[in-house]
Amino acid sequence: MAGGKERVLRRRIKSVQTTKKITKAMELIAASRIVKSQQRVLAARPYADQITEVIRNLAAAGAGGGAPLLAQRDEINTVATVVIGGDRGLCGGYNGNAIRMAERNMAAQRREGQTTALVTVGKKIESYFRFRKFDIEASFSGFLDEPSYEDARAIAEAVVPKFEDGTFDRVDIVYTQFLSAGTQKVVTRQFLPLDTSSLVEEASDGPAADYEFEPGPDAILENILPRYAEARLFSALLEGAASFFAAQQRAMKSATDNAEELIVKLSREMNRVRQDAITTEIMEIVSGAEALRAGKSDGMDLIPDNALSISDLLVDTVDYNR
Amino acid sequence: MPMQVELVSPEKILWSGEAEMVITRTMGGGDIAFLPGHAPFVGALGIGAMTIRPTDGNDEHVAVHGGFVEVSNNTVTILSDVAEMQDHIDHDRAVRAKEAAEAELRKEHDREADAQLRRAEVRLEVHAR
Repeated sequence: MAGGKERVLRRRIKSVQTTKKITKAMELIAASRIVKSQQRVLAARPYADQITEVIRNLAAAGAGGGAPLLAQRDEINTVATVVIGGDRGLCGGYNGNAIRMAERNMAAQRREGQTTALVTVGKKIESYFRFRKFDIEASFSGFLDEPSYEDARAIAEAVVPKFEDGTFDRVDIVYTQFLSAGTQKVVTRQFLPLDTSSLVEEASDGPAADYEFEPGPDAILENILPRYAEARLFSALLEGAASFFAAQQRAMKSATDNAEELIVKLSREMNRVRQDAITTEIMEIVSGAEALRAGKSDGMDLIPDNALSISDLLVDTVDYNR
Repeated sequence: MPMQVELVSPEKILWSGEAEMVITRTMGGGDIAFLPGHAPFVGALGIGAMTIRPTDGNDEHVAVHGGFVEVSNNTVTILSDVAEMQDHIDHDRAVRAKEAAEAELRKEHDREADAQLRRAEVRLEVHAR
């Protein structure tokens, strides 16, 4: 029945409107948190820059010959991958892209005959790989909206010792780089051994400042490299968080737009259905009146009146349809 | 001639400004002071109290739990993954942490508790200044 269909449509419009309210709110929240997490990315930069600067100076002073975190292994048997994603969904392809990149990397490593190990960061990443029965070395989650340095340190503690004792020969990180609010890119970066070759090269070109070291350069380097590793993880976490909110904002914006479009479409359909119902009703009344008139040819006042009000109704509905 | 001082933690710059002197504890255990025009220097820091004497204003006291210091071009940069400014130290919490660490140490000697005790002591020392 026509009235029933109209009611169904009305209900659907209501529900789409409610969804739209939610997605709109999430969009606005995400947008405000992009800014906040972007500021955290920037605030973390001086430390990372300075620590790099110190390592460069140490390298210029000839340190780093035997540092275990710098040593490239000749034979790589086990590669560990740290996948950084988010704790929550509703963020478009943010988690999916990181997962896909990690899976592709691991498949390639297995083809090379290497053993793979997996460290997941983020609830969504963990549940994906757990569901697929991957061996997960360690998993971290619950802090990805606002990662702290302590979180980065916890991850480093799960990975660095295993690299030092030779369980892992190389460690990669897969994370989403925050290039701008509009562009984020999933990248794979070698995490361990730390790649400081570019620093060292630069240092040998640059003016060798006469630094005093206390204790000696090698001892400082031994202390500073773990911090450097943590700082790199930390910046990956921060960039991931910023990317997460950017992705969420985009996803929620398109959901809101979609809802708007749907509401327009459904309203149009509902109006048409209602119009059809009215038209049918009018047709029924008119034909009923016609039949009455044909039966009682001698005029009754009632009929012209009725016809008049019907034509009014028709005019109204025609207007409405425009 | 003042020098530029920056105290940087992984999350943000904690303190930045011009200063006349910086005193800090090195990993070896001795204190070292930097005055303007100090020779280029890179050092590892131990757990200890640090004092920054700004050009204007009162001395800033900071509890530094390890880190690094770099001096070059009349700029002192202190990198510390855990550093607490005097105003941010919670006295009661530090006392509790100290007691907990001491209790732990009475049971068995472990390096973690030892470091914890030293951190708590440094916090209290900085707070008392």
